[in-house]
Amino acid sequence: MSKSAKAAALFAVALAIPFAAAAAEKTGLGRPALPEEVKAWDIDVRPDGLGLPDGKGSVSEGEALFQTKCSACHGEFGEGAGRWPVLAGGKDSLKSDRPEKTVGSFWPNTSTVFDYVHRAMPFGDALSLKPDEVYALTAYIMNLNDLVPSDFVLSKDNFPKALPNEKGFYDDDRETTEKSFWKKDPCMTNCKEKVEITGHAAILDVTPDDQKDNKDEKPSAGVE
Amino acid sequence: MSEPATLSRRRLLNLGLAGAGAAAVAPTLAAAQTPDPLIVERQEWTQYLGEGVNAKPYGVPSKFEKEVVRREVEWLTASRQSSVSFTPLHALDGVITPNGLCFVRHHGGEAEIDPAKHRFMINGMVDKPLVFTMEDIKRMPGRVNRVYFLECAANSGMEWRGAQLNGCQFTHGMIHNVVYTGVPLKAFLNEAGVSPKGKWVLAEGADASVMTRSIPLEKAMDDCLVAWAMNGEALRPEQGYPLRLVVPGWEGNMWIKWLRRVEIGDQPWAQREETSKYTDLLADGRSRQHTFLMDAKSVVTNPSPQAPLKSKGPNVISGVAWSGRGAITRVDVSIDGGKNWRSARIEGPTFPRAMARFYADFDWNGQELLLQSRAMDDSGYVQPTKDELRKVRGTNSIYHNNGIQTWLVRPDGSAENVEVS
Repeated sequence: MSKSAKAAALFAVALAIPFAAAAAEKTGLGRPALPEEVKAWDIDVRPDGLGLPDGKGSVSEGEALFQTKCSACHGEFGEGAGRWPVLAGGKDSLKSDRPEKTVGSFWPNTSTVFDYVHRAMPFGDALSLKPDEVYALTAYIMNLNDLVPSDFVLSKDNFPKALPNEKGFYDDDRETTEKSFWKKDPCMTNCKEKVEITGHAAILDVTPDDQKDNKDEKPSAGVE
Repeated sequence: MSEPATLSRRRLLNLGLAGAGAAAVAPTLAAAQTPDPLIVERQEWTQYLGEGVNAKPYGVPSKFEKEVVRREVEWLTASRQSSVSFTPLHALDGVITPNGLCFVRHHGGEAEIDPAKHRFMINGMVDKPLVFTMEDIKRMPGRVNRVYFLECAANSGMEWRGAQLNGCQFTHGMIHNVVYTGVPLKAFLNEAGVSPKGKWVLAEGADASVMTRSIPLEKAMDDCLVAWAMNGEALRPEQGYPLRLVVPGWEGNMWIKWLRRVEIGDQPWAQREETSKYTDLLADGRSRQHTFLMDAKSVVTNPSPQAPLKSKGPNVISGVAWSGRGAITRVDVSIDGGKNWRSARIEGPTFPRAMARFYADFDWNGQELLLQSRAMDDSGYVQPTKDELRKVRGTNSIYHNNGIQTWLVRPDGSAENVEVS
């Protein structure tokens, strides 16, 4: 083969690179997940109970576990230590000036307590609790919120779906309730008669500053 | 052609002044009386050789920029591992956030994952549950580059009850805007074959919070990305290295970092991060849930409490605007607390669901200013005032505060976070 013919042949090979076709076609990348692998990672529990593992736990077992593994942050009775989350109480506080949003006062579904404790608690030792322990802790947290008696035993079979505030949630309705925020021609001139300053951040003075130590400042609202 | 200076000066004056203050700031045009030693004397950086080309194999900012860093507000949270740091918006320009300055929100600290040990699983209502390695993921066809803002749902959340933190870094800095490189989530879901009954996707992280969120399948199939790079390099560990979910226009909590799994189901999972958190309590005691979208919002970054005005005369009001509903089409600026407005100049690239930069050039005569900005997007949404928001929502919804911000600029050039009637 002449040099130029060789080059032409190489070029033809280059042209023949099989570019992948439409994205909808399967590539065959990845490999099938084994049932054991799915079981190891898929621990989520839905409000209808789908995903609950076999097992059970009592309020008293939960209380003992709670004092060992949880109370340092959440308090002996779920009242919360320092800025750590409060788990119990706050009943009927949601309309108040300072709502106390706890499992009993705010959370909609029991499943979330089980799921979250199982996946992410204790803080710093996630995924360490066995299903029976999570059932027991869930039972104790429910008992702290006066939702079950102290001799209650929680299991997959009697797992309650709803917490008191289950009906307290509805899907995002901004498109209708905030319709007035869509304005064709917002005001450009003489939009109000007078402007008065109604609040100053400097008066509260809780902004971090290299020159001063204000860790102990008392904010009006934080994030969680 | 740009407007003559005199004309723009007159236009600004026509906006009406919020009270003329004493001239405490020195004028800029003082004529030099003696030669400037920085010019007439040889400086050391001109005389001596500087460092070699590879003294810093991974470059860092000038030492004179050491104040341009993320900051945290310790009283906000109980632990440093489930907390937030803030982007120094007041010190940045343009639209792209430098990787090292992108705000950080963790719930279980920063996971440090060897990419060779990272796995990505798809399971649930699919024909074939799958496992991918990072190598597999980077071989997927259909790779894209997209610019998006990521805003924490709680950005400005501390301001619901009134002006609290003094600086746009703290009031608006739970946001960043970068170019992501990745593959549409849709490609992975197609690979596994989603059941016709599938309606929701659960995304899960590999960090110690094992973070989970339910996402409507429609969104997952629309514009969500599985991304491994930001601004041209691998994701930073604090941003989810080696893999994160990108959920354009939607609240930052849903952008699962260290993404290890997506599951398909026929209803949402009501996880902790979409029941206890990231639900919006209104005044009647009920709460909105699934408030995914981040509405149009803006803030003047300069001047602002951390970036005071230094001189009278020509100055540049600058800021950023963004909307989860689409592209920013207009930003108006007021210097008199919202009595009068003029449209600012949007400068630089603008993309849907990405941050836009705006400028309003003005002459400052030393008067007191009440500075505001008001963003509009291509859905016709106009950024509301804080009072308009509170009228609908009360003061306890924590998240989604996109109300108009006011800075008081005093005659000495200093600025403060205030609320106005």
